[in-house]
Amino acid sequence: MAEEDPGAAAPPHGCPGTSSAQAGRAAACQGCPNQGLCAGPAPAPDPAIEEIKEKMKTVKHKILVLSGKGGVGKSTFSAHLAHGLAEDETKQIALLDTDICGPSIPKIMGIEGEQVHQSGSGWSPVYVEENLCVMSVGFLLSGPDDAVIWRGPKKNGMIKQFLRDVDWGEIDYLIVDTPPGTSDEHLSIVQYLSSSHIDGAVIITTPQEISLQDVRKEINFCHKVKLPIIGVVENMSGFICPKCKIESQIFPPTTGGAEKMCQNLNISLLGKVPLDPQIGKSCDQGQSFFSEIPESPATSSYRNIIQRIQEYCGLHHSQEKLSNQGME
Amino acid sequence: MLKVQDKGVHQCDSGWVPVFVDQDKSISLMSIGFLLEKPDDAVVWRGPKKNALIKQFISDVTWGDLDFLIVDTPPGTSDEHISTVESLRPYKPLGAVLVTTPQAVSIGDVRRELTFCKKTGLRVIGIVENMSGFVCPHCLECTNLFSKGGGEELARHAGVPFLGCVPLDPQLTQSLEEGRDFIQEFPKSSAFPALAHIAQQILDRTSPQGS
Repeated sequence: MAEEDPGAAAPPHGCPGTSSAQAGRAAACQGCPNQGLCAGPAPAPDPAIEEIKEKMKTVKHKILVLSGKGGVGKSTFSAHLAHGLAEDETKQIALLDTDICGPSIPKIMGIEGEQVHQSGSGWSPVYVEENLCVMSVGFLLSGPDDAVIWRGPKKNGMIKQFLRDVDWGEIDYLIVDTPPGTSDEHLSIVQYLSSSHIDGAVIITTPQEISLQDVRKEINFCHKVKLPIIGVVENMSGFICPKCKIESQIFPPTTGGAEKMCQNLNISLLGKVPLDPQIGKSCDQGQSFFSEIPESPATSSYRNIIQRIQEYCGLHHSQEKLSNQGME
Repeated sequence: MLKVQDKGVHQCDSGWVPVFVDQDKSISLMSIGFLLEKPDDAVVWRGPKKNALIKQFISDVTWGDLDFLIVDTPPGTSDEHISTVESLRPYKPLGAVLVTTPQAVSIGDVRRELTFCKKTGLRVIGIVENMSGFVCPHCLECTNLFSKGGGEELARHAGVPFLGCVPLDPQLTQSLEEGRDFIQEFPKSSAFPALAHIAQQILDRTSPQGS
């Protein structure tokens, strides 16, 4: 796993590197199965990147939601980040579900079974509220049992279409929910948005070491692809029994949880969200738990986290403006 | 989870030697975790490289004589799943165990997984409902954190066996964190009989007489 090329296995001894001028021409390249590939002209960048850049000019902020493990609450977070941001009626929010094989966003947002319409300017996303729209592969399937059995390239093609061919319009925040891991979907999103500026990534984890291990990999992924990290959210962090009000650690933070990890890696911890059975219930019913359980500690924790994300985006946006003005 | 994270894989004439978890060499294990230089290294690979590694794990590891090979997969119905099913097809896999949590959001994805099994001709041994209720250690009140009964209902709806529920159990999480043998150390835990029951059902349903 060489530093300069995250995807490559250990390169052969003396390899000049794929981006070197000597690529394919050095002595060490003799007999390498990739010599022809390296010696040939560098592949042209995908023209879609430029098209997506044009499309994304009307999208102010882009936030990726990532996790190492599955089932830690990524989609729940993405959906409620969207709900929370959309409470400001002057802002336009879009939520893009890039989990092609397990699209849960339509159910959580209460718009399962909706269809995407084609208009002159592209696919129209599905609107949950006037200022909140959603795009997911779930809208393109014929039913809840329909499986998307696709390998990487087809998933990448779909993600490209979502970014390029959807009629997003004027958007303040685009939230991109991803599947767990560091593979095709993540590389594609980062690559397709490489000219469009991503504000950063929010990484969701649970407190136990098994989950944190994968989060460290996710953080390394962000560093490698130069994706800024807005911060980490520790989800399912403790549970208060509704009967005796005593807190239990269902997923014990045996190594200090996300807090310790963030300290060690110098990353912000955006907050901890406790387990509340009402969260899962609200998601199953496709409702926002902000309105269902406004008094829950989970709700206030979520609100704090969302505020910190807004502040981060606002700050970086003004910094960027300043530096752009400086350049002109 | 099995406390072998620092072990390395050795190469022998006939292939990669898997890592043995216990003294008696009754469980052998293969994972990409053994091939990383540092435990936090990210494997940023697209599908084709992942597929190649899965094929190697099945064909180039000196598994020896095994009674059971258990393949743990990531979520979804994509590269890893297609490649695993394809590579194992010549060996006639017994079938798949589907794990879900009780809430509808999770059931939704497992419905698609069932379709994957049907389309690829993989028999479904059954469905397990995990994280099914949490008994407060202080007052013994059971809270269904992620709802309840979704797995059983799905099994009935899909006409496949329901293998059982596993409750949320901090002792189980703790023991996995420390890589201890849960079955040896926590025989009194509520998750223990549940797991034992499910294992027995899988044995029954996959034994030559049972199938």
